[in-house]
Amino acid sequence: MVETAEGCLEALKGRGFNFFCGVADSTLASLIEELSRDPVGYVPATREDLAVGMAAGAFLAGRRPAVLMQNSGLGYCLNALTSLNLIYKIPVLLIVGYRGYQGKDAPEHWVMGRHCEALLREVGIPTLVPGSGQVGSAVAQADGIIRAQGIPVALLIRSGVL
Amino acid sequence: MMTTREAIRQVAQQLKDELIICTTGYTCREVQACNDRPGNFYMIGSMGLAASMGLGIALAKPQATVVVFDGDGSVLMGLGSLAAIGSLAPQNLVHVVFDNEVFASTGNQPTYSASVHLDALASAAGYRFVRRATTLEETLSAWRHIRSHTGPAFLLVKCRPDLGAPAERVRLEPEAITARFKEAIHASSKS
Repeated sequence: MVETAEGCLEALKGRGFNFFCGVADSTLASLIEELSRDPVGYVPATREDLAVGMAAGAFLAGRRPAVLMQNSGLGYCLNALTSLNLIYKIPVLLIVGYRGYQGKDAPEHWVMGRHCEALLREVGIPTLVPGSGQVGSAVAQADGIIRAQGIPVALLIRSGVL
Repeated sequence: MMTTREAIRQVAQQLKDELIICTTGYTCREVQACNDRPGNFYMIGSMGLAASMGLGIALAKPQATVVVFDGDGSVLMGLGSLAAIGSLAPQNLVHVVFDNEVFASTGNQPTYSASVHLDALASAAGYRFVRRATTLEETLSAWRHIRSHTGPAFLLVKCRPDLGAPAERVRLEPEAITARFKEAIHASSKS
């Protein structure tokens, strides 16, 4: 059972993820705080696609990267994910704050909240939406896909799950 | 002033054991044509991300020297990466920008680098060593200085667009580029 950010980080480290970067999101604030306190660290990026680029570099250098972001940043990342990660077989774990889930959020999150799961799956990125207590097993499942297929996998984290 | 092809080829021929990331478009093709080697990563898509990829490698492999071959259009597209590089300040990162003031690969449409001085942006962002070169002599001299100074370094090479046919497209499939480059990094770590 994983429900705290601390437990989530342990699950990530346990699976070998060792490079974390991204753009801040309130849903993931506790995880970013844990990462910043941990020796593994967290590298802030100025925009989500630049974080994906940085993570790709880290992967080429032998690391196992994860990128944190809000789903509002997924649009910026689509070109990076499709014209870099997917065709070069450069995997990354995307840990994405799921704003606008079921429309219960501010207006700027409504459209991406409604479509982000389908959008990711449409371009061929396996997408998991763990509930409370399921983050650890979702990390394990995502890691299995990454090791088997060498492609990006997204974990969509709803408010209150971490 | 050198053409972009001359400028890229002159710098590419100085490379020894550095890892290089080549930005989208003709830059990849010119480097492949003049000095194809396993330590070259040809980023054929994802324009604007070359410097961020270089940063990721530089942070993850502090003992390797990472050189980014960038263009004015792609630097302006991923401008936030300058802030990250200047602030994180990896000593082993060299950012070379071949600035011909146009998007050459799509037919020489103008960028903004004729009026925006990219070297001044790099200085403002916190790069430790910044040089601007407009001739072959200045370029080679700056390259020698960069390799003996602590980075992150930024070399702006002002050049003019080429006339005539571009070099051939990148021959390797993307997956093969990844595999070859990873192997080159792995091999450099062992030596």
